Amino acid sequence: MSRAHYSIFSVLRESLRGHTGWGPAWREAEPKPDYDVVIVGGGGHGLATAFYLAKHHGPLRIAVLEKGWIGGGNVGRNTTIVRSNYLLPGNIPFYELSMQLWEGLEHELNYNAMVSQRGVLNLYHSDGQRDAFARRGNAMRLHGVDAELLDQAAVRKMVPFLNFENGRFPIHGGLLQRRGGTVRHDAVAWGYARAADRLGVDIIQNCEVKGFKREGDRIVGVETTRGYIGAKKVGMAVAGSSSRVAAMAGLRLPIESHVLQAFVSESIKPFIDGVVTFGAGHFYISQSDKGGLVFGGDLDGYNSYAQRGNLPVVEDVLEGGMALMPRIGRVRMLRHWGGIMDMSMDGSPIIDHTPVSGLYINAGWCYGGFKATPASGFCFAHLIAHDQPHAVAKAYRLDRFATGHAIDEKGMGPHPNLH
Amino acid sequence: MATPGQGSGTGSQPNRLETGGLVDRSRIVRFTFDGKTYTGHPGDTLASALIANGVSLTGRSFKYHRPRGILSAGSEEPNALVELREGARREPNTRATVAEVFDGLVARSQNRWPSLDFDVMAVNSLLSPIFVAGFYYKTFMWPSALWEKLYEPAIRRAAGLGRASDEADPDTYDKATAFADVLVIGGGTAGLAAALAAARTNARVILVDENATLGGRGVDDGADINGNPAHEWVRTVEAELSSAPNVRILRRTTAFGTYDGGTYGAVERVSDHLAVAAQGVPRQRLWRIVAKETVLASGATERPVVFGGNDRPGVMLAGAVRTYINRFGVLPGRRAVVFTNNDYGASTVAALKRAGAEVVALVDSRAQISDEVKRIASEAGARLLLGAVVTGTLGKKRVTGVTIHTRTGEEERLDCDLVAMSGGWNPNIQLTTHLGSKPTWNDKLLCFLPGTLPHGMSLAGAVAGDFTLGKTLVGGTSAGSAAVTAAGYAAVSVPVPKAADESDAVAPLWRVKSPNGKAFVDQQNDVTESDIELAEREGFRAVEHLKRYTTLGMATDQGRTANVNALAIMAEITGRTIPQTGITVARPPYTPVSLGTLAGHHREKHFKPTRLPPSYRWAKENGCVFVETGLWLRPSYFPRPGEKDWLETVKREVTTVRNAVGICDVSTLGKVDLQGADTAAFLDRIYMNGLKTLPIGKCRYGGMLREDGILMDDGTVARLGENHYFITTTTANAVKVVQHMEYCAQWLWPELDVQIVSATEQWAQYAVAGPKSRELLQKIVDPAFDITDAGFPYLGVGEITVCGGIKARLFRLSFSGERAYEIGVPARYGDALMRRLAEAGKEFGACAYGTEALGVMRIEKGHISGPELNGTTTPRDVGLGGMVSTKKDFIGHVLGKRPGLVDPERPALIGFRPLDRSQRLRSGAHFLKRDAQATAENDEGYMTSVAYSPSNGHWVGLGLLKRGPERIGEIVRAYDPVRGGDTLVEVVSPVFVDPEGVRVRG
Amino acid sequence: MRIACPYCGERSLDEFLYSGDATVKRPDFASPTAANEFVSYTYERSNPPGMHRELWYHSAGCHAWLVVTRGIATHAITSVEVARDVALNEKPATKDSI
Repeated sequence: MSRAHYSIFSVLRESLRGHTGWGPAWREAEPKPDYDVVIVGGGGHGLATAFYLAKHHGPLRIAVLEKGWIGGGNVGRNTTIVRSNYLLPGNIPFYELSMQLWEGLEHELNYNAMVSQRGVLNLYHSDGQRDAFARRGNAMRLHGVDAELLDQAAVRKMVPFLNFENGRFPIHGGLLQRRGGTVRHDAVAWGYARAADRLGVDIIQNCEVKGFKREGDRIVGVETTRGYIGAKKVGMAVAGSSSRVAAMAGLRLPIESHVLQAFVSESIKPFIDGVVTFGAGHFYISQSDKGGLVFGGDLDGYNSYAQRGNLPVVEDVLEGGMALMPRIGRVRMLRHWGGIMDMSMDGSPIIDHTPVSGLYINAGWCYGGFKATPASGFCFAHLIAHDQPHAVAKAYRLDRFATGHAIDEKGMGPHPNLH
Repeated sequence: MATPGQGSGTGSQPNRLETGGLVDRSRIVRFTFDGKTYTGHPGDTLASALIANGVSLTGRSFKYHRPRGILSAGSEEPNALVELREGARREPNTRATVAEVFDGLVARSQNRWPSLDFDVMAVNSLLSPIFVAGFYYKTFMWPSALWEKLYEPAIRRAAGLGRASDEADPDTYDKATAFADVLVIGGGTAGLAAALAAARTNARVILVDENATLGGRGVDDGADINGNPAHEWVRTVEAELSSAPNVRILRRTTAFGTYDGGTYGAVERVSDHLAVAAQGVPRQRLWRIVAKETVLASGATERPVVFGGNDRPGVMLAGAVRTYINRFGVLPGRRAVVFTNNDYGASTVAALKRAGAEVVALVDSRAQISDEVKRIASEAGARLLLGAVVTGTLGKKRVTGVTIHTRTGEEERLDCDLVAMSGGWNPNIQLTTHLGSKPTWNDKLLCFLPGTLPHGMSLAGAVAGDFTLGKTLVGGTSAGSAAVTAAGYAAVSVPVPKAADESDAVAPLWRVKSPNGKAFVDQQNDVTESDIELAEREGFRAVEHLKRYTTLGMATDQGRTANVNALAIMAEITGRTIPQTGITVARPPYTPVSLGTLAGHHREKHFKPTRLPPSYRWAKENGCVFVETGLWLRPSYFPRPGEKDWLETVKREVTTVRNAVGICDVSTLGKVDLQGADTAAFLDRIYMNGLKTLPIGKCRYGGMLREDGILMDDGTVARLGENHYFITTTTANAVKVVQHMEYCAQWLWPELDVQIVSATEQWAQYAVAGPKSRELLQKIVDPAFDITDAGFPYLGVGEITVCGGIKARLFRLSFSGERAYEIGVPARYGDALMRRLAEAGKEFGACAYGTEALGVMRIEKGHISGPELNGTTTPRDVGLGGMVSTKKDFIGHVLGKRPGLVDPERPALIGFRPLDRSQRLRSGAHFLKRDAQATAENDEGYMTSVAYSPSNGHWVGLGLLKRGPERIGEIVRAYDPVRGGDTLVEVVSPVFVDPEGVRVRG
Repeated sequence: MRIACPYCGERSLDEFLYSGDATVKRPDFASPTAANEFVSYTYERSNPPGMHRELWYHSAGCHAWLVVTRGIATHAITSVEVARDVALNEKPATKDSI
């Protein structure tokens, strides 16, 4: 079995021998009787957590348990955007750490996840929205994050094909984060999996956790479809399944599960460079390196564990699309699908201890989980290793709702479907 | 016997058969492909017309730029994708196999440069040893700065297929909703039989079919029904259905998605077969069809075989060959090799022979076949090669021959210009899986069949695995009867049409071992069988990993001709069965849908409705500049000749109000009428401040919280009678507040007697503000009503009449700090009242003012509005802490006391003015201590609202500053780097005008 | 998804707004443990994978609040009740307590 380093030389060497020398990107590990740390959930966050645990906090015996195939949750079904253009001090440093980790990711993992910093532009359509974006941009700048407030002329220069002339809500300008962009989403899961595997992490697919085993107040292991696995510490990173898995530990979370749809068009020649979000409707869009327009809108709005949405929201999203860029009219939608979002009550995530000793939770990512993947893994690993929150994630406490320290970027209050 | 190219009327179409096919030979249409003009007939697709003209090279492949031709005759086409039309109507990636020709059609090939024939990017083929699946992930990492600058732009330019138009789509799109007792999806023989059985009751039946003409494979195969050609039976049934009032036939309509609750999405291509849509007719229409029962008769798609060079133009699905001959009367090749693993090879041989082609050989991978097939091959003069496979193709841009691996292990070459291949059939099960149902593998038919069906759905025909014509008619008739019965109608007995059941025997053949050249699994995405082997080697064995790693099945055809072969190959490599290997999930839409169709009319200006306030017409006549406020278009300011900018206008409007009187349309504020014996108690639980003591004829300012203790909205509460209240909300929250009140009344406290109705649109309401406001009102209020200060004091409210008996409501409220009133009349008098007020105001020097002046005056008075009510502020944060009752239960009471919400360190509302009075302020600026570094740790809050204050002669601001009210007199930085601002400001009282509040009381 | 409003009949999803869990009940503000109870009521959800009792609002229709029983893995709706009736059944009228 070969686990070659990826390099120009290894690629050329393999291309001369029909690529027969590549081995599995990660081993098909069999569960061991026990581990120091078990991560429940082989999505982007779980795999990143395992990688950073192994890299920075080892030596540790670590397993990632995935009920299906790794990367099958939101890391495999999102609209690929990365950015750190947040408003609140509880969020900005965390997402900026994530941005910085994205920027070094291919070398850290020796895997090209195609981190592409082509800019994220949020349009504004009124003076009030402009000032709200100014407040956000200023907050970002105070945190050392790049932000530019563009007027209409500057937006026109950047994306001349938007509907400036005939729009229901005129485009006045935009807030631009040039360092924002997109990442090849599946490759993030594979890259972390491969890199974690190289550090000795056991990635165990088709292994569903069915229960937690406790001794007194302390977790000692997990029951799985592949038998009991002992663990000194257990981290949950199960996104859309958070309520269900937490219930096995007797916890009720400040989370509902909501369906968010995403869309991709047929592949077309370069059409739009960066990411553009419509400020007066539910629509955002980018174009993948393969040529498909990738776009999305608002949540369907109802609680769901079904990975599909309904037609009214499809229509709503495309109405936004045609309002903003009516030249997409003859491009065709190739697929639309739904993912389950672990929508927290304030729209911000939770990275914290649970009341059960040794059990840690990473949840409530809403629809911001993808961009958070590196920092989520980094901070969750830190928490699990040190029993202390990482400095940039200390606001993500489970008890913040009881204490009145909600991190409500949108100001929507305890209505998960409105965040 | 038909022979190609010799008849009259075919123009220069060398491959048009003399007879046969359902095209209209009496008419000729001209079209161009890559600039060259060709002719075809109405009824042709672009593909059939190109075949008729001998064009076989139609495109270049995605990655390797290999020459590609026409593989299929339907919507599954992976290769023959073209840019259709020009300019604003240019459509990329249109399948030539479904695009109907019309006179003047313009099509161009895609993804090639400089020309289709000579494509320099074909050099990629030479690099193909490097460009295997997943290669991007392993490279382009050094140095990382080059990714965005060099590698990625090159990849992006090379990727993509066609070019989208760079102009706004000029066509219109429509949407419609239809209800059906029985929806039949698919107008082939099974669907027609089902529709007929259902239609003979009174049930509402909708039949949709993606093609221009009905009949499906029965017609494509030129089979007989009831002893006559199938298309004659189709015509009879179609005539009966068309004349039935309870039946709607939607042709050119693709049911693309199954949604919850028996809802189906379908797109009707109303005008795509025309050069330009007729006036008033949409290009396409989105149908939302709600069906009690649905018969899915979506047919099946033929599988290619994976062998070397199976993508070369001239290699075609066998069923497509029959379709081109029988439906379109064109011959795709003169010397054919038929390669198959099933008995449909025989009908292909027969069709080719009948059309005058030479059938060089029937290559069947099975060692044993039926005598019937042998007989047909022999009659056609075709060599029968049993147990043999095609390993490769010869030729460059068109197949010139094949290499055969015979049963005895020999290699043989055969000359041919057409390879008709069939690897069996895949039922079109996509619509059965959209709601999450998993299909099941059938080992005999070698295909996936639908699993548990969505509620109300049944199957008929090939999608159910009934591949033979006879079975489709039996199954269709019984499915139609069963569906209509389930929908609550008494089924009528319908005779089942008679047709033969051809043999559908098939044996597994997914790929040819040791192919001669690249063997493609997914032709559109250039995924080869060796890519699948590589994916397996690298651990991407889960079917979703396979798909994502190789991009298999992710092209515009969603892998309809690829996925099952890929699964089977992966199963073979890993030694598992196909069901153990898995299935890939089909997502809607079944075939790609134009984005414009999904948006319909709601685009550009019509994206959202526009709400116009009652004074809109008057304001427009008076030169008003409007502003979008949510859906409302509100008067923003009223420039007068000679005023050089908005600021000058706004200053004049403010000054007029402060010195004389102004009129402002405030109808957009939410208005709610509440009645019932418990209304007082109800409002007391909704608002944070006490309202029980509010007397009749008085109004009071009120604030309401969300349950989490955060301010939700503010406004006024007026008591009109014992059990009658009228409240206002902010414009932005009008809908939300009503919803909230309904929630409280219906769900939290159903025992309370309170009725709630939104009256926002029923009342036109104007603020009349300024020292002369009473005098102005006196002009229009009927004399019977006393509006003197004694009779109508501050915060008074009364039901009055104006202008001689028009009922009205008068409120003495002020948000400007001046003596002011709000006067409401039924909305139909809104325009007239505005005109009357403007007229009557002339003698007082009155002016109309808009949202800008309104905003200036509320900021001058320190009143909160949208920027302060931003969903994160508490009453205390905005200076309303004193209003909050501590005695009663109300929404938000308990959680509002949480430590995080009562922390004295929270930013709180206070006023600001620039230290250098000539400087302008900007909201969104953050506050830093005067000498503090610009860092996040030093961030102390932000400016929420600013205005140029004519009354003060400088800019003033409101903002949330840490311990703000304790810091009056301090100088802080208003830091605004995104606009290059960094201004020293002084912390001052938030009330900039008349702090004692004298003027408001008159 | 289609919801059968008891007043208006079966209507499409886009006429309705979902608004959360109908199984949590607003606590008594005077309870000595009101602070904790309100936190639980406002923020904590069981969110099981099976059937849910949910509040929906017929916003583009009759403005009735509804209690919808729905499987959230299947989206299948088994009942739609008028929220006022449900609330009155669960909490008999106690006007005296105002």
